[in-house]
Amino acid sequence: MAVGEVMRMEIPAGGDLTVTPPELHVLAVDDSIVDRKVIERLLRISACKVTTVDSGARALQYLGLDGNKGASDLKDLKVNLIVTDYSMPGLTGYDLLKKIKESSTFREIPVVIMSSENILTRIEQCLKEGAEDFLLKPVKLADVKRIKQLIMRNEAEECKTSSLSNKRKLVEGNIDTSSSSSSSHDDSSVEDIPSSKRMKSEFENLSSLH
Amino acid sequence: MNAGIAQLQMQFRDYTISLYQQGFLDDQFTELKKLQDDGSPDFVAEVLLLFFEDCVKLIGNMARALDKSTGTVDFSQVGASVHQLKGSSSSVGAKRVKGLCVTFKEYCEAQNYEGCVRCLQQVDIEYKTLKTKLQDMFNLEKQIVQAGGVVPQVDID
Repeated sequence: MAVGEVMRMEIPAGGDLTVTPPELHVLAVDDSIVDRKVIERLLRISACKVTTVDSGARALQYLGLDGNKGASDLKDLKVNLIVTDYSMPGLTGYDLLKKIKESSTFREIPVVIMSSENILTRIEQCLKEGAEDFLLKPVKLADVKRIKQLIMRNEAEECKTSSLSNKRKLVEGNIDTSSSSSSSHDDSSVEDIPSSKRMKSEFENLSSLH
Repeated sequence: MNAGIAQLQMQFRDYTISLYQQGFLDDQFTELKKLQDDGSPDFVAEVLLLFFEDCVKLIGNMARALDKSTGTVDFSQVGASVHQLKGSSSSVGAKRVKGLCVTFKEYCEAQNYEGCVRCLQQVDIEYKTLKTKLQDMFNLEKQIVQAGGVVPQVDID
């Protein structure tokens, strides 16, 4: 069986690469017990798994960034999003954000900052440090829904890109070994992504693809 | 029986609206109600319980920090507790408590002792008043349910 045929079986002919995403696991960090209760409920009602901690230090502990093995090392506890209060005693939300972005393991996890104070320089500082978004407290359901959509869209894009780049790798393999079998699959989605000059000229030659 | 439920529902509706009109509650309280459902029927009551416990704790901290007999008053310490109370009152929609905290915070920053003591007394009265009012509201809800009725959704403009 040619590699092209395997690909056709794995990917729907329409090139539709959307997958049903699993539940987001959110780590919520806030020193206020009232706010923890509210954010937990907001996230649960938005179909997210939630873990709440009461400080930046505990958040680092949970992630295993304090030097020890964290709880989130376990496969099904992988954190997809961190939502943290800005003003906390000890490690502030900003400090936590920095530590996460400095970590090669966790820097890809989106971090959202929450604050009761609408201070522009604070917001800019956080966004500059890599925060995904900044929520003004009190947080509402609409805010959480928006954040979730943003994160899910980003994750879907990543799945699409990585799966397309896998497809591209397989196609490159085809071109190297045989000249005819690569024409047997739908490449319209591959043409959409940035590709090397060599690949582009190969596809331009295969007029039967459209 | 039905007339009884209808009357309770009307009482509940009027009472709830009055709490908003008199400034005890704001739209964040409405937001909390959105988070309550058959799966979490007591969510609002649970959050408010945590809030009132927080009030006791934080007001205690403020009182201790404002106690001159222990030495000089550390206004930043008072301010820290006020900031926390401002945050949690904002999160539950406790409008009057939040408003008092704003004033209180200003007195802390100005290191105005008399102003702080006054605010402390007021915030203590205010959270207790809200607690009583909400207990009355929750009681009305309970009566409606016990009578076999459904707690109406109250639309606040």
